[in-house]
Amino acid sequence: MSPTAEPAVAFAGASMTFPDGTRALDGIDLSVRPGELVALVGPSGCGKSTMLRLAAGLETPTAGLVSVDRAAMAFIFQEATLLPWRRVQGNVELLAELSGLGPDERRRRATEALQLVGLTGFEGHFPRQLSGGMKMRVSLARALVQQPRLFLFDEPFAALDEIGRERLQGETRDLFVRQGFAGLFVTHSIPEAVFLSTKVVVLTARPGRIAASFEVPFGEDRPAGLRFEPEFARLAGEVRAALEGGS
Amino acid sequence: MRRWLGPGVVFAAFVGAWYLLHYVVLSDARAFLLPPPHAVVDQAFLTWKVGGGTGLAALAGGGLADQLTALWLSSRVAGLGLVLSIALGMGLAVVMSTAKWVEDALFPYAVAVQAMPILAFVPLIGVLFGFDFSSRVLVCVIISIFPIISNTLFGLQSVQASQLELFALAGASRWTVLWKLRLPAALPAIFAGLRISAGLSVIGAVVGDFFFRQGQPGIGQLIDRYRASLAYEQMYGSVILSALLGIAVFWAFGWLRDRAVGAWADPE
Repeated sequence: MSPTAEPAVAFAGASMTFPDGTRALDGIDLSVRPGELVALVGPSGCGKSTMLRLAAGLETPTAGLVSVDRAAMAFIFQEATLLPWRRVQGNVELLAELSGLGPDERRRRATEALQLVGLTGFEGHFPRQLSGGMKMRVSLARALVQQPRLFLFDEPFAALDEIGRERLQGETRDLFVRQGFAGLFVTHSIPEAVFLSTKVVVLTARPGRIAASFEVPFGEDRPAGLRFEPEFARLAGEVRAALEGGS
Repeated sequence: MRRWLGPGVVFAAFVGAWYLLHYVVLSDARAFLLPPPHAVVDQAFLTWKVGGGTGLAALAGGGLADQLTALWLSSRVAGLGLVLSIALGMGLAVVMSTAKWVEDALFPYAVAVQAMPILAFVPLIGVLFGFDFSSRVLVCVIISIFPIISNTLFGLQSVQASQLELFALAGASRWTVLWKLRLPAALPAIFAGLRISAGLSVIGAVVGDFFFRQGQPGIGQLIDRYRASLAYEQMYGSVILSALLGIAVFWAFGWLRDRAVGAWADPE
């Protein structure tokens, strides 16, 4: 799980031009290894989400390469994308079920994942009985069941209130530290990017290019109060300056 | 208690308006066109069998025995017609949902069938399927199938793009997407369509009766016969029964919906 391991995802000169001529990304070089959580920030429409979709294989780059082991990849959408007719347990087991895992193993992994996201006891609830934050936790648990090496997050906490958002950021940190996966996290929030990641990558306005990247110096243990440390504010300010310079 | 207050008041107003029409609005010479409620109930439901004597009314028969026999026949037509509509309608909708061009090719016909004047096809249908039960069922299908097609199709297409991507990322086949995502997602819309179609199937059974008159008479034939012989108490009795049948199937499908999707779907 050291940062010298094989990259879980690697972009090599990846560019993306949509059929309507919109240039979304231009010459992206970036690799993310297990134990690295890279936050992508950039102005609206700069192609952050397109990068995730390339990594997931939902789109193919029009130039360059994106290499990734999709068998061990989980995608966390902006909405929780739960199936409303399935209870929490059934939702968490869904992806394992689709990939053909046996019912016993599925149930065991789901129980474990629900415990990790703090939802033990909610197995029998339907999604509509849960808060936005709880739904997102179910979505995380559903991804964990696949035991992914790579997590792709597409602004997963954007719809949550501030408190719920910070709580989930903390929990995502804990999961990351415990599981040592590779992560690519798209967000609009600079504090979220700095708090969560090991590296913040700033993209320019369309077509997205990498404008700057910042190694995040904070260690594995990140208490909620870190957000109020001067060092945190300084780094967030640098990211903001790069973001404003690049747009 | 409060739950029954509204329906009770409206029902009383309905019966009151009926009496008002009979006793006040209609002249004495015309009041026979709308017999008062108590006369309808008395002769159509509280009399077991009208018969004997002479005159038009005796010829037409009537009474609860005849009414229930006709109701039973019409219920069978409506029930079978509805089952066929569900199977055929959902099947067609699933086929249409597979590709946009299939939908473009088939949907106009679904709309056309709904608007088709059945009268024009009575001879053809009669020759092909006979002038009794089967043809009445067919009319019932023609009248009730559209809401099932359109609602099922709408439901199948209502799936969020991100949910489809979730399944695509998991490598799910088209069949799996249909079975585990599209169909369950469509259920609330399907049940909304079922309720409408259930009511239409009752209309279809009555209308089919008007056109295809051989064999045992259903409610529609009974209504026509009573109308022709001026047996208006019996006729309104038949109308009430077909309305009750409509209410019963509507209620039954509402109940079924609550059982099937009430726990997770947003209330209608």
